[in-house]
Amino acid sequence: MSMAPAARSALEVILRLGITLAVTAVLLVLLLVMTGYDPDASLRAMVNGAFGSWYAITSATFVRAVPLALTGLAVALAFRAGLLNIGAEGQLLAGAAASTTAAAVLGGTLGAAALPVILLCGMLAGAAWAGIASVLRQRFGVLEVISTIMLNFVALYAVGWLVRGPLQEPTQIYPQSMALEKALQLPVVLSGTRLHAGSMLAVLLAVVAWWWLRYTSSGFRLRAVGLNASAAATSGRINVARVSVLAFLTSGALAGLAGSVEYTGVTYALYENLSPGYGYTAIAVALLARLNPLGVLGTAVLFGALQAGGSAMQRDAGVPIALVNVVEAVIILLVIAGDRVRLSSTRTANTVAPDSVPERT
Amino acid sequence: MISLLDGFAVPLDDFLAASVRTATPLALAALGECVTERSGVINIGLEGSIICGALASTIAAGSVGVGAGFAAGLTAGLLVTVLFALFTVYLRADQIITGTAITLLSLGLTGLLYKSVYGSTGVGLTTPTTAAVEVPLLSSIPFIGRALFAQPLVTYALYILVPAMAWWFFRTQSGLALRAVGESPDAAMAAGVRPKRVQAMAVLFGGAMAGLAGATLVLAQSGTFVENMSAGKGFIAIAIVVLGRWTPFGVAGAALLFGAASALQYLFQSLGWNAVPYQLFLVLPYVLTLIVLARASGRTAAPAALARRELTLG
Amino acid sequence: MTHATTAASPPALALERVQKSFGTVRALHDVSLQVRRGTVHALLGENGAGKTTLMRVAFGLVAPDRGDVLVQGEIMRNHTARNAIQHGVGMVHQHFSLVPAMTVAQNVALGEHGRYDDGRMSERIRAIGERTGLVIDPLARVSDLSVSAQQRCEIIKALARDARVLILDEPTAVLAPDEAQALLRWLRGFVEQRSDHAVVLITHKLRDALEIADDMTVLRRGATAAAGAVHTFTEAGLADAMLGPGDRTRAVESEVVPEVTRHTDSVGAHNVVLRADALTVHDARDVPRVKNASFTVRAGEIVGLAAVEGSGQAELLRAMCGLLPLASGRLHAPADTGFVPEDRHRDALMLDASLTENFALRDAGARRGRVPWTALANRAAQVLKQRDVRAESVEVMARTLSGGNQQKFILARALDDAPSALVIENPTRGLDFRAAAAVHDALRDARDAGIAILFYSSDLDEVLTIADRVLVLHDGTLREVPRERATVGRAMLAAV
Repeated sequence: MSMAPAARSALEVILRLGITLAVTAVLLVLLLVMTGYDPDASLRAMVNGAFGSWYAITSATFVRAVPLALTGLAVALAFRAGLLNIGAEGQLLAGAAASTTAAAVLGGTLGAAALPVILLCGMLAGAAWAGIASVLRQRFGVLEVISTIMLNFVALYAVGWLVRGPLQEPTQIYPQSMALEKALQLPVVLSGTRLHAGSMLAVLLAVVAWWWLRYTSSGFRLRAVGLNASAAATSGRINVARVSVLAFLTSGALAGLAGSVEYTGVTYALYENLSPGYGYTAIAVALLARLNPLGVLGTAVLFGALQAGGSAMQRDAGVPIALVNVVEAVIILLVIAGDRVRLSSTRTANTVAPDSVPERT
Repeated sequence: MISLLDGFAVPLDDFLAASVRTATPLALAALGECVTERSGVINIGLEGSIICGALASTIAAGSVGVGAGFAAGLTAGLLVTVLFALFTVYLRADQIITGTAITLLSLGLTGLLYKSVYGSTGVGLTTPTTAAVEVPLLSSIPFIGRALFAQPLVTYALYILVPAMAWWFFRTQSGLALRAVGESPDAAMAAGVRPKRVQAMAVLFGGAMAGLAGATLVLAQSGTFVENMSAGKGFIAIAIVVLGRWTPFGVAGAALLFGAASALQYLFQSLGWNAVPYQLFLVLPYVLTLIVLARASGRTAAPAALARRELTLG
Repeated sequence: MTHATTAASPPALALERVQKSFGTVRALHDVSLQVRRGTVHALLGENGAGKTTLMRVAFGLVAPDRGDVLVQGEIMRNHTARNAIQHGVGMVHQHFSLVPAMTVAQNVALGEHGRYDDGRMSERIRAIGERTGLVIDPLARVSDLSVSAQQRCEIIKALARDARVLILDEPTAVLAPDEAQALLRWLRGFVEQRSDHAVVLITHKLRDALEIADDMTVLRRGATAAAGAVHTFTEAGLADAMLGPGDRTRAVESEVVPEVTRHTDSVGAHNVVLRADALTVHDARDVPRVKNASFTVRAGEIVGLAAVEGSGQAELLRAMCGLLPLASGRLHAPADTGFVPEDRHRDALMLDASLTENFALRDAGARRGRVPWTALANRAAQVLKQRDVRAESVEVMARTLSGGNQQKFILARALDDAPSALVIENPTRGLDFRAAAAVHDALRDARDAGIAILFYSSDLDEVLTIADRVLVLHDGTLREVPRERATVGRAMLAAV
């Protein structure tokens, strides 16, 4: 035990990450074999699709990592505050829809200056969508897990209605919005690729979030509420409800921004399948990063690669993209299992079997 | 007045029948979840059991028959919750995150297996379905007759299950033990009850019922499997349990209400009211869930130890 | 050492050479104990000595690593509560093991098989009441019962399963003195009723033990320190056995109310710091829990609050430091009034955060801008040293500290920067004797430094030991009474 605790835990985190990824890889191969696909060809397609070329890395993996990083940050912040926001998907769609509306309304009048406003509208809409769940929790005690999932479905059907109704493109043939004009699109930051300015935004926000949680009073309040809300209120005189609401709104704003960025940087139009479940994958992104904002950048790239590779695998080897969901779920389960296993082995040493022997109280 | 009623009679009849039909899988899943929650566990992974039950029943019904389909659905739902029970009851992992992961896992796995069994398109896939069995005399009662007594057998099973469960909850020692575990596991243990075993059994029961619900979706309704066809029914079932105040009769009533909300679409269509966008009907159950959960605030009837948070990450 | 038993009949309960470790901590080391039929056996020891663990072994809640449990001469092979109950052992836990949302009848029935019927169960409970004098409403919800009625319910639960050996864990700790007397008398009657009855009384109060027990076993640090018939012990000998030689004076302290030496010259004495005028406080369900309470706490005094649990003391204490709104009345309390809550894991610590972060929690609500982490870490390290909190560093998780050190840390945090007033709730709960004494010393020092302290403990003797003045809260009604054990005890039970 000569190692410093920080170094020890850093090593442990890396070791655990390695084990998780190794077990996942083995399961992935097993699953491919069991469902009758050629693992060699499938995995080759996957790796090529994600990392095979400079273009694949920047335009497939990184481009997919952007919404995953933003929604991953949204989930990590919420979880840190003890809020199980499973609604990043709905908040993302709300953001995309609001940005589409803003572009339609403002595009003609403001020109390129409208872009920040469009992004801002997306953030506000995401925050508002999360705000519904927050009000339901604070005012009525509704579990945010259930309300955010319900709101995901509502958002999905609302987008379905919008792209067939008020926001449908002028020819009224396709269920999608009018294409976003060039002036309002997020600029590409690496020429010859599709990597857009949203990537810079994601990196910037991750650093800001990390700094905020670590060094500011309000960031500390958010963590305290997540660690032990009752102690935060009783011993820290923290207004828990206020912190919770703020955390929920911030989380929603980040997820909303993910939708805006996806719309202005990648799809240039609103349609129902705008997100292939980024908001759900975000849970795995955040958990694997152990809710650390900087870690989210890394895990977002990892899952971005997984999705990019998954698409390539579907295209080139015929393996359904649903496989990616399985892999994500396995990672989440491994992360929480690993966490419990470690806890149960140290607990006995430190705190004398909590289940069987309460302190004399 | 009379003529107006005449105009409504047939659509209303269909509407009520559709309500009960749509409510059946919801009630099955919600009754199972009711038992699970009474033991102090909330299974957000119910959705996963439903979708796995649906796919398993499709495969079994296609190759063996309808009865085998129901059995396979039940078994698949149960197997999914073995994983959930392992994580939440024995590893004490967070119930919410585990449930979410299991839903994700099941949706992915069924999507994958479905395509590997039926090919990448799956077009033209249909399975045998159970026919409605009309109960003589009872089915000719005006309005409610066809709705209640011209349904598949699985609906009739509910008519027995609901009172049986109420009797079990409140009139037997094992029901008492179940409720005690959900209220205060320590107290139950001191009285000689084994809380982990009770919780594991309750979770497995809930999974089996959800699997049956998935089978019902395919074998008594759609006659086919579609990816993501559970469409949040697992979560709606959880809301139904809240609205039903954790009692079997309450849950059955609440399921009927949700069935009616979903069936409203058919009523409007048959009345020719097409001005309302169909997405509004699709959204109705989810919005209703939110309203119900908000109205049920206070949660005084909820088991006291429900979903004890154990999230320690971060 | 071991008491001889009558050769003819086996002891009602016997533990033989029991050993139990939790991880690296050895909780019980080769402990033997024999409870003779028809007797009350007191199990003594300071907190953490292993009394409760030993009895949890006897009741099957904890499986021993080595050693045997025999009930009426029969060896128990299956270490489960269910099996112990079948053998006629009943346990009344210190924090009752009742389901609050259920009725008395349902709680009594819990763990049996077959059908459940309200009517039949009520009948059984009434019959037990007639036989034993333990009267209770079978259909009342447990959450609506008083603490002593809940205890009755626990005993009835054991008797309904034909318990012949009753184990009671600190049963008098939650009772007012008169209730405690009645319970002890009842236990005496129980063992005399039938030849195979017996009682094990776990207690840390010498007084209770000397009063009704036939035999005694004293545990210290998980091992038997002394055992024998009561009349073979002297008070001094018991104290030595419990604490080890040399700490005797402190054991006696909790038994005798010492003369308080008031420090009239302490800083700022006599200024009223906390003042409550006709306070009425409601709980979360909007039920009035404190009615019209008026009192003051001056600088440099400790005002003790005595009350049976559930009398409204939790609400009063929280209202005094601004954590609960007032329904009516006026409150004068300085903004920096500190609070030390009784449940430190729930209300005082973030177990999975570092000590520095936990230290930073105190002013978290009002802090603006950046958190001065370096300064806070230095200050926390200083405080750890000053208050003798044993921790590897300020960077370790709060979870890794022992209970006593956690409490010392919480108290140090509250006392840092010398607040004008401090509100304290059951601060020595779960602490061993030395840790409790350290907490008391810290409080006396704080008082002498001019801090106004409002102190609640569910243990009346602790209140009498440390308080300068005593307030009694009974069912939400507050009044001041003379600092005499008998008077305070009576006031805890009845409003006059």
